Amino acid sequence: MAEILPLAEAVGRLVHDGHTVALEGFTHLIPFAAGHEIIRQRRRDLTLVRMTPDLIYDQMIGAGCASKLIFSWGGNPGVGSLHRFRDAVQNGWPAPLTIEEHSHAGMANRYVAGASGLPFAVLRGYVGTDLAGQTETIKPITCPFTGEVLTAVPAINPDVSVIHAQHADRDGNVQMWGITGIQKEAVLAARHSLVTVEEVVDHLKPRPGAVVLPTWALDYVALVPGGAHPSYAQGFYPRDNAYYRAWDAISRDRESFLGWLNRAVLADQGVTA
Amino acid sequence: MSAEAVQTAPWSSDEMMAVAASRALHDGTVCFVGIGLPSTAANLARRTHAPGVVLIYESGTLGTKPDTLPLSVGDGVLADTADTVVSVPEVFNYWLQPGRIHVGFLGAAQIDRFANINTTVVGEYAHPKVRLPGAGGAPEIAASCCEVIVVVRQTPRAFVDRVDFVTSVGFGRGPGDRERLGLRGRGPQRVITDFGVLAPDPATCELTLAQVHPGVDVEQAVAATGWPLAVSPDLRQSEPPTAGELAVLRELEATRRRP
Repeated sequence: MAEILPLAEAVGRLVHDGHTVALEGFTHLIPFAAGHEIIRQRRRDLTLVRMTPDLIYDQMIGAGCASKLIFSWGGNPGVGSLHRFRDAVQNGWPAPLTIEEHSHAGMANRYVAGASGLPFAVLRGYVGTDLAGQTETIKPITCPFTGEVLTAVPAINPDVSVIHAQHADRDGNVQMWGITGIQKEAVLAARHSLVTVEEVVDHLKPRPGAVVLPTWALDYVALVPGGAHPSYAQGFYPRDNAYYRAWDAISRDRESFLGWLNRAVLADQGVTA
Repeated sequence: MSAEAVQTAPWSSDEMMAVAASRALHDGTVCFVGIGLPSTAANLARRTHAPGVVLIYESGTLGTKPDTLPLSVGDGVLADTADTVVSVPEVFNYWLQPGRIHVGFLGAAQIDRFANINTTVVGEYAHPKVRLPGAGGAPEIAASCCEVIVVVRQTPRAFVDRVDFVTSVGFGRGPGDRERLGLRGRGPQRVITDFGVLAPDPATCELTLAQVHPGVDVEQAVAATGWPLAVSPDLRQSEPPTAGELAVLRELEATRRRP
């Protein structure tokens, strides 16, 4: 059964230095508030896993939380580059960052294998690309039935997965809808999980296409209204596109980034740019 | 330069590129859409000559009909207007991988003479001059869609003899490579730029200039290409954008600038 706890306490109990941590959410429902709490608790040496390490991981990498990144697309969607990610990869600031790079299809299948209790997944992918030569976790595999050579990628089993959802009930059952991306697989692949939610309600109302994660499959639920801002929460608030655009200038140099970090995350615990 | 030579068309080269790309899609085409230029062109097609084009974004939105241009592949408008929203593993495993999608519509940071695409690094992988966003969905889109259309501005920096990093395979090193690698789609069939349209030569797989946009000289396209660009003997000129296409495109672009 999931326990409903304040965010800081749930993060404090689950996320420790050296852990492999996945914060998922595909444009929608990105758990920004939880990421900022991990920064405030000054976690270090994390292996961060995420298909699209956009602003949230740019912020965590710039704050020095990460030593490794496992990902498939690292950009500021519709805006440009992630400057803190680039600074870490190209210049080792604030700490060296090693990368393990995949495609979306590969990452998705790694989570599926993790959620399925399998050691690896098989897909048609990567063949002929230079990714296969750079990433150790991409290997050829021969089908035992047809002899066809396919690609294998190992399961991802994070120590902790963190996602954001619209609703939880008072027992800690969680419901999310709209684009639900890879979150179900990320939670089921992980040893432990934390879900931040917009609202705790008496009863989850059935909704077409909604994903429900039962309380017994989760560790902690934290009530964090606005916890996905500046990404969006369908039915609650739209994406703050101006924040994404403003991030380009804020993150471009180290001084302005550190100013933002002190102001917006460390000092007032707010989540605005 | 004479006054005639600097006379400007009533459309920009980017607008011509978007219009030319939109015309590659038709009613009933199922299209996997990349963000940016491809998304603009795909939505233009749906709002003009191809209302029945089926648009799929990698966020899992199938048959989406956005009324504004999305800023990212996972915008809420894509989910709100989709026939169905599926998970990310499902969109790649069930819909893309078996070859159900006709056209993959991709952008590129670098593209080479055999239409291989780089969106990973400029320079060496371990010590990049420029770290780019990476693969995203592109490698498997390029492998598994029945065909691929690339939309990219033509510059010598982008159009290189050989990409620094093959993120997504076009024709590898030439004829027969896709078959050898077991890639089931036909690969890039058109590269649509702000100067014209490049297409693979049927014998050599090398991208050649098949079409120029109105007002563009062949020499301009050649100068913007980092390999000796061959010109098709059947070189055509693109039809200029219609007033209707331009009006819809400008209306769409305006929706993206809203906060």
